[in-house]
Amino acid sequence: MAVLTEEQSMLKDAAKSWVQEKSPVSAFRKMRDSGVELGYDAAAWNEMAEMGWAGVIIPEEYGGSNFGYLSLGLILEELGRTLTASPLLASGLAAASALMLGGSDDQKSTWLPKIADGSVIATLAVDEGPHHRPDKVEATFKDGVITGKKSFVLEGPAAQLFVVSAKGSDGIGLYLVKADDVGVVKQRLQLADSRGAANVEFQGAAAEPLSGGYALVEKVLDRARAGVAAEMLGAATQAFETTLDYLKTRVQFGQVIGSFQALQHRAAKMFTDLELSRSAVEAALTAIDNDSPDTAELVSLAKAKMGDTFHLVSNEMVQMHGGIGMTDAHDAGFYLKRARAAEAAFGNQAYHRDRYARIQGY
Amino acid sequence: MADFGGSDEAFRTEVRNWISANFPASLKGKPNPMMREERSKPSADQEAWRKAMGDKGWGVPTWPKEYGGGGLSPAEARVVQQELGRAGAYNPIAGMGVMMFGPTLLEYGTEAQKKQHIPPIVKGDLQWCQGFSEPGAGSDLASLQTKAEDKGDHFLVNGQKIWTSGAQFADWCFCLVRTDTSKKHEGISFVLFPMHQAGVEVRPIQLISGNSPFCETFITDVKVPKDQLVGPLNGGWSIAKRLLQHERSGLSGAGGGGMFGMAKPLEALAKEYIGTDAAGRIADSDLRTRVIQNQIDARAFQQTAFRAMAESKGNSSPSAATSIMKNAGTRVMQDRAELTLEIMGAQGLGWAGEGFNADELMAVRGWLGGKAVTIYGGSQEIQNNIISKRILGLPDLTQSK
Repeated sequence: MAVLTEEQSMLKDAAKSWVQEKSPVSAFRKMRDSGVELGYDAAAWNEMAEMGWAGVIIPEEYGGSNFGYLSLGLILEELGRTLTASPLLASGLAAASALMLGGSDDQKSTWLPKIADGSVIATLAVDEGPHHRPDKVEATFKDGVITGKKSFVLEGPAAQLFVVSAKGSDGIGLYLVKADDVGVVKQRLQLADSRGAANVEFQGAAAEPLSGGYALVEKVLDRARAGVAAEMLGAATQAFETTLDYLKTRVQFGQVIGSFQALQHRAAKMFTDLELSRSAVEAALTAIDNDSPDTAELVSLAKAKMGDTFHLVSNEMVQMHGGIGMTDAHDAGFYLKRARAAEAAFGNQAYHRDRYARIQGY
Repeated sequence: MADFGGSDEAFRTEVRNWISANFPASLKGKPNPMMREERSKPSADQEAWRKAMGDKGWGVPTWPKEYGGGGLSPAEARVVQQELGRAGAYNPIAGMGVMMFGPTLLEYGTEAQKKQHIPPIVKGDLQWCQGFSEPGAGSDLASLQTKAEDKGDHFLVNGQKIWTSGAQFADWCFCLVRTDTSKKHEGISFVLFPMHQAGVEVRPIQLISGNSPFCETFITDVKVPKDQLVGPLNGGWSIAKRLLQHERSGLSGAGGGGMFGMAKPLEALAKEYIGTDAAGRIADSDLRTRVIQNQIDARAFQQTAFRAMAESKGNSSPSAATSIMKNAGTRVMQDRAELTLEIMGAQGLGWAGEGFNADELMAVRGWLGGKAVTIYGGSQEIQNNIISKRILGLPDLTQSK
């Protein structure tokens, strides 16, 4: 993995030990079984917020620690290992980025400290259908209100603040809408991955514009995409390691199945793809921290590569576990379901391959 | 990306000035003539450039100064590399001596062996070839049979080597020989002998590409003085393994076009041959997706090379990433060669003569020649065995019950 600063190493170690102690996959299972409508464990989220994780990218003057996106990515990677569901990605990364990049001083001082301490959960509401098409927006902003429908909004059930894309007089841009506005109607969705998601209808809901237009939409989305990719990296790495442990312990034909070359070479292929994906994800997060001119293409590269790898590893996890991997009692299914949801989030592999080429003019 | 270390501006200026004073303008942007499979006699400018770099030691910038190397730190070596790139200058000091044998001898050789063999490599005066594979010892290299008998002050070597890259151009051979027939791995020794002698016969092998980069080498009653034994008697296998690590890290270069790559990026080639749609995209959407996939894989490979380099410099333990480089890099190269051919269509199938431009003729040869990269230097399957066993800790198969 990337060469880390001392602060980053400490952050990563802290995240690792908290996740292992307080948020193993069994905690995710418990959350799913209890049917929590929010799609995450509120007590665990409070602990995360107390450790300052919701403010990792937020400037110190707004209550954050200003450690940057690679640092936040390290935490998301650890959370991804055990499939920990939390609003960190939607609120502490995506919505916080929108305010940092497009908010006025007033908007920043109103919202960022609350996002940083976890007391407000904010999220992006961008997509309007089953496929990610941020450039196709029907929702409109006129006379201070937004009218339109947004679909598959991550952490929609919990969100108190929406960052909504809508068409204004100058084209597509981002707007802040409070969830308690009378014009906001949420419909909770129960998805295969058990995380919080909702369709949200804005019926003339009061909205304040952020500045930056469509360029802001893409910049914010790129940060969200890199964050999802970091979470996927952790989940895929853990899915692989769990599978590798199984290959070393499951005995058939008088020996552990990991001694069979047909499985060894598939394991070697997964390891190879994971190493390539790690490089791509870390390069994308680093590009964001450096505000590199090639950030957009590096993010699309990372999301596409990571998506392919998580797709492969999650399928192989079920296949190599055999029958036990098909049971709900085993965790393999959780990784498979998370993989497909994460792949679709903010653009799947096909979307990002196309975008990677479009950016480079072919 | 990560910081690769101190860029001392004074040193950079010194390097830049030296290159501009010594690099012949006529060679700008040209490849190293040695890297081509069919070699022609070097021009006066090419020879002058080789001599200049050889005397300076910058062809092997990190090798110790006492043997003629550059004696530079890795950070300084990177500056040299960057400045050569900036000037459009190739590194004329290349070949198996540089890539594999030199680093291995520096690690395992005696003082006398290093004094004898390193300086001519540094100067590019002598070329080396690798006598490893045999007709009966390919992936199972340790089953090699070429025999070296102890005759007191020398070994008498008899046997046959195959896939000896560049043997027809080589001056010396580093060779694995069997010095104990009662053991497999522990019966192998690592010896050195000159190629230009009566008992060494070289026959180039024509490949499917029409080229002959590899040879058969027949060794008959060749006397090897005992001071040309590297490392202990019967201790050659561990030296060979170390050398193969150097080989693999050198063979994965999918970087700037790869060994069999074209000068033109794949997407530009596709636009030219296939055309574009109204939005400027490659008109064949199926092909376009596969071109993109290849570009993404190539870039992820480069990112991994950078990461492995940064990690080996940083505080992290040695990077596991290096174990994947050969398979990841060769996959990118072969996919690219296949795509190039597909993009060119029937124009990419020309073998020789009129009706085809040089790029087209090179594409078909490169495609065929490139099939070797997943076979040599430890095949794709051997690499997967190495990853499975050494990195992932998966066990060996036992007799099934």
